[in-house]
Amino acid sequence: MKSAVIVFPGSNCDRDMAVALEKITGNKPQMVWHQEYDFDKVDFIALPGGFSYGDYLRCGAMSARSHVMKEVVKRANDGVPTFGVCNGFQILTETGVLPGALMRNANLHFVCKDVKMTVENSDSIFTNGYENGAEITIPVAHHDGNYFADNETLDRLEGEGQVAFKYAEDINGAQRKIAGVLNERGNVLGMMPHPERMIEPALGGSDGRVMFESVLNSLG
Amino acid sequence: MKARIHVTLKNGVLDPQGKAIEHALSNMGFGGVDEARQGKYIELDLTETDKEKARASVDEMCRKLIANTVIENYSIELE
Repeated sequence: MKSAVIVFPGSNCDRDMAVALEKITGNKPQMVWHQEYDFDKVDFIALPGGFSYGDYLRCGAMSARSHVMKEVVKRANDGVPTFGVCNGFQILTETGVLPGALMRNANLHFVCKDVKMTVENSDSIFTNGYENGAEITIPVAHHDGNYFADNETLDRLEGEGQVAFKYAEDINGAQRKIAGVLNERGNVLGMMPHPERMIEPALGGSDGRVMFESVLNSLG
Repeated sequence: MKARIHVTLKNGVLDPQGKAIEHALSNMGFGGVDEARQGKYIELDLTETDKEKARASVDEMCRKLIANTVIENYSIELE
């Protein structure tokens, strides 16, 4: 599986993502700088966590309008598996590829800890290695992870199986405790927790590894 | 021409920073503040001299970057 990690000024989980992808897929991902207009054809695109552009204006707002994102959006809409973690999730909502928005945590705290969450839809390329309803532990580290969408959108997301993960307990005020969202077609996933930081026992657990393995197995 | 843009959270969208301001004011002894909502103010210097064209262009800027219309409203004043 060939993958690419998009790097913005202020990304800080790009190397973690690259290590996880290399360990699990056996191939070093291509690191793509935000000013590129194009990059190699890959099977998987990852948007890493961080504070791209210093979170200016809104988290992910500037990155969403960068050169490289025009190409990422095009490929995501063409069906290329695309995965945004934390700031990557914020960027995907800012581009409109994923519905909703991520706002300041309701308790105003920067939340940095391992959290339990449940797998709400195990029928996607990202989650088919999990049991439906399984409780898994993945770390979060964010200030703006409070997922917001209007009720009509939330009902639709839940009804169509587009909610991939929910927090077991409210940690940031997210509507309906939503932690991760799929696009309609199921080839794009955005989530606040960091599965790339939970890929082997030495890191505290392997619950995140399953997600990368799911993609790998789905792509064959 | 100057464009003055206010970006505010839509009604019904929780504003934790506004809440913190409200609590701080109350802790400082200021009474009579029922609610505080925080927004953004952005000023643009435009080369355009036609007001209608300027409005259309700034409106597009707001929709495409300055505001996130999932959660925010915006208003534009031209001068």
